[in-house]
Amino acid sequence: MRRILALWAARNREYYRDKGSLFWSFVATPMIVIVLAIAFSTSNDHLFRAGLLLDTPNINRDTLPFAKEPAIDWVEYQDLDTALRRIQFHQLDILITTSSPQRYWINPESAKGRILEALLRNDGQADSSIWQGQEVFGEKIRYIDWVIPGVLAMNMMFSGLWGIGYVIVRYRKNGVLKRLQATPLKAWEFLFSQALSRLGIMLAVTIIVFTICNLFIGFRMVGSYLLLLLIAVVGNLSIISISLLMASRTASEELANGLLNLISFPMLLLSELWFSLDDAPEWLQDLSQLLPLTHLVKAARGVMLEGDGILQASPQLLILVLMTVTCLTLAGWLFRWRD
Amino acid sequence: MSAILEIRNLSKNFRHLKAVDDVSFAIPRGACFGLLGPNGAGKTTTIEMIEGITTPSSGEIFYQGQIRDRRFLEQTGIQFQSTALMDYLTTREVIRLFSNFYPRALPLEELVELCQLEEFLDTYATRLSGGQRQRLLLAVALINDPEILFLDEPTTGLDPQSRRHFWSLISNIKARGKTVLLTTHYMEEAELLCDHMVIMDKGKIIAEGTPQGLLRQHFDFTYICIDYEDFSCDPNNLPFAIERREDCIAIATNSVEQTLAKLVTMDINLQSLRVRNPSLDDLFLKLTGHSLRN
Repeated sequence: MRRILALWAARNREYYRDKGSLFWSFVATPMIVIVLAIAFSTSNDHLFRAGLLLDTPNINRDTLPFAKEPAIDWVEYQDLDTALRRIQFHQLDILITTSSPQRYWINPESAKGRILEALLRNDGQADSSIWQGQEVFGEKIRYIDWVIPGVLAMNMMFSGLWGIGYVIVRYRKNGVLKRLQATPLKAWEFLFSQALSRLGIMLAVTIIVFTICNLFIGFRMVGSYLLLLLIAVVGNLSIISISLLMASRTASEELANGLLNLISFPMLLLSELWFSLDDAPEWLQDLSQLLPLTHLVKAARGVMLEGDGILQASPQLLILVLMTVTCLTLAGWLFRWRD
Repeated sequence: MSAILEIRNLSKNFRHLKAVDDVSFAIPRGACFGLLGPNGAGKTTTIEMIEGITTPSSGEIFYQGQIRDRRFLEQTGIQFQSTALMDYLTTREVIRLFSNFYPRALPLEELVELCQLEEFLDTYATRLSGGQRQRLLLAVALINDPEILFLDEPTTGLDPQSRRHFWSLISNIKARGKTVLLTTHYMEEAELLCDHMVIMDKGKIIAEGTPQGLLRQHFDFTYICIDYEDFSCDPNNLPFAIERREDCIAIATNSVEQTLAKLVTMDINLQSLRVRNPSLDDLFLKLTGHSLRN
């Protein structure tokens, strides 16, 4: 235990003395939150967003209302619950099903939803009397509320991947690991101390950045802070374990950089950090399920935006735990002090 | 004197290269034992196999008469040829960190005095000069007050002043009764520090003994050296056996007076003349046909 604590303290010292890391954690991330939130919230090509529930086979899209209207972005949903949640939070203006009876859902608090309802009922292509309207209530979710779990997760990902994996590879290359190998220190003690240090740092940074951003922006948080912390811990561990696996034998910093980019870019693009994959091809959505950040962000959003409890978050938590255990086992088995 | 470490038939193969080839020796307790040889002779591979860093292809290593176990790492101190230390940790913090890895550690003050670390105790290890860094790495190797200290080319790359400073530190450690295994390609370092040594070339031991004993065994003459440009005649026409060296002609003689008298009569400029005893470099050249420094 004494060895682990000594290495943990040494690694923490290295972190807070490295001004580059501090800048990235405490200045760059809040800046990204604000700048990108503004940028994304104003870049919408479509005036309306309509959902189509795929609950009947062979839907003839040409017979749908506003089928040829370019101002409407159509998103297809397999699952009614997911689609209704989008309506609830104003992320979708109207949801339509062509099954009998033909129904639509809107949020009456959404002006866009009410406009689309009026358009639907006056649409020349269909008999307005066949449409049955239903209402879903819910507060509007701003883009910043939706994106904040993604930005915090992105920060965790970069900090976890480079802050532990890259450092271990550098230490292997410049001989620090060889020097440690020549002491009674065991490999697991070294890896455990590094993971512990990074976990603590990442949690502290995330909590501080969360608080700072919340002070300036005041975003939505309706669930349990304790559950959110648990999700952050499990999510962090999954990223750390992937990083340890990458670093288990790699001895070249260039290769490590390439591998870390290979790991981080799919997560950056496919884990719904910045945008929803609702209207992405199904295979891309399936691919995103392989990435730990997808589950971390989904669970965090559920707690923050919808007040999910441990039961709703448990599938994501379970997947993250499984990923962590698998990667840690492999990392421990493959680890070498030297290349 | 009993052997603290005994190596039997140690070999290491890297694919088609036999880096160490059936090497055996024993290190007496309290001795400074040298592994001397040029770069690529197999010294570092040998010492790293003994340290447990590299796995031997074959052979046996006995520490205090027994196969090495976990106790070995706790009772030995190692200074590698090239090692970096953690970023953003001061000399003091590096020593404290490594002290925590051992069940028993020397007090910081004792290490500071032994390795003369006072002036850079609160400087980041990454900002130290070459000599200071080697002194810190020596202190790290001594933290657990080891029974045996492994030093792999500790003065390579240091300026002459830092090198002499480091030699004085090793002498102090020797005076405390520690066993030292030192690899080097500096003959001066080996002659000054080693009580016993083996000379290696191409993975094999080619000579073993005390530095003076080896020299006595292989040489019964003295060298007279004169620079090339001081010869007005062809050196091949001299009535002595000569050796062409990198920077001079070396004449091996049993009678310095007679040789000098002859040289005077031959109208040779004696401005650059040096008379010296054979060195370990001469021994290496004699045994292998090439110099230690190359």
